[in-house]
Amino acid sequence: MNRFLIPLVIFVVLVVFLAVGLNRDPKLVPSPLIDKPAPEFSLPRLHHPEQRIGKQDMLGKVWILNVWASWCVSCRAEHQVVKRLAATGAVEIVGLDYKDQRADALRWLETLGNPYTATAVDGKGDVGIDFGVYGVPESFLIDKQGVIRYKQIGPLTDQAVAEKVLPLVKKLQAEG
Amino acid sequence: MRRWLPIVLLLLLPLGVQAAVEVLDFKTPEAEASYNKLIKELRCLVCQNQDLADSNADLAKDLRHKTYLMINEGKSEQEILEYMVDRYGEFVLYRPRLELTTVLLWFGPFLLLVLGVFLVLRTIRRRRGAATATALSDEERVRMERLLAADGDEKNS
Repeated sequence: MNRFLIPLVIFVVLVVFLAVGLNRDPKLVPSPLIDKPAPEFSLPRLHHPEQRIGKQDMLGKVWILNVWASWCVSCRAEHQVVKRLAATGAVEIVGLDYKDQRADALRWLETLGNPYTATAVDGKGDVGIDFGVYGVPESFLIDKQGVIRYKQIGPLTDQAVAEKVLPLVKKLQAEG
Repeated sequence: MRRWLPIVLLLLLPLGVQAAVEVLDFKTPEAEASYNKLIKELRCLVCQNQDLADSNADLAKDLRHKTYLMINEGKSEQEILEYMVDRYGEFVLYRPRLELTTVLLWFGPFLLLVLGVFLVLRTIRRRRGAATATALSDEERVRMERLLAADGDEKNS
């Protein structure tokens, strides 16, 4: 009896581990930046290159940094979700135009609509590296103190917005 | 002359082809060695199973460049690894650090080895024990001989 019980237990444990492992998305690398202060940055704005936008400008507000690029295909689908989120007025969204051509980016926003309070231009992707961006799109929810509270890897979806982003935004807005 | 011209032109053709090798200037040979070591230690997050040295993904290129810049600024290998881990997490390191959460990862295989050796030894000992089992008693010996004899008779008949 015992002779079969031990291998059976080992087998079951192994199956459980493998099943859990198989169902996890290896592309989702947890960010070490959650609950850490967002990296400082100050970048020229897309529509007003003479002005700059940075973390300091957004202190005291709950905001989302949405990393996108005109060459990014899934950003196109995500953009509709971002627009709906912006339309709720719950949270300000700053775009980070990642390694993009200015003309392409401007045309993209003109065609698809511009939900952003401001768009920062990260031509070389340096700010992207500081934020640990490894794929576009990514979004960071940042609180009034400038601390990153949530990161969406890959496109924002209506489900993620409804279940994670909006409840957290509400909570963070209520904080001091 | 006419006849040779196409051949000469053809011979010139390879000059236009260049391998895309990144040529980087380092201040010291040690710096170059550090760079080559680091880009083999760091994982490309887009392709995941390649190191930065192997990968041609845009992000890998950027991170290689960043590594290069930091080395030329005189940053130590440790500082650069720290910089990457701060932004991308432990996952960028191909060799996970020895921490409480990674103890099993580092020593698990040795644990399994020890367990395996233990099991093998136990099995061997048990079998040997079975082989040198108690000698037959007189009664059993008689019975055995009788059986063997009976067996012999059957074959002969």
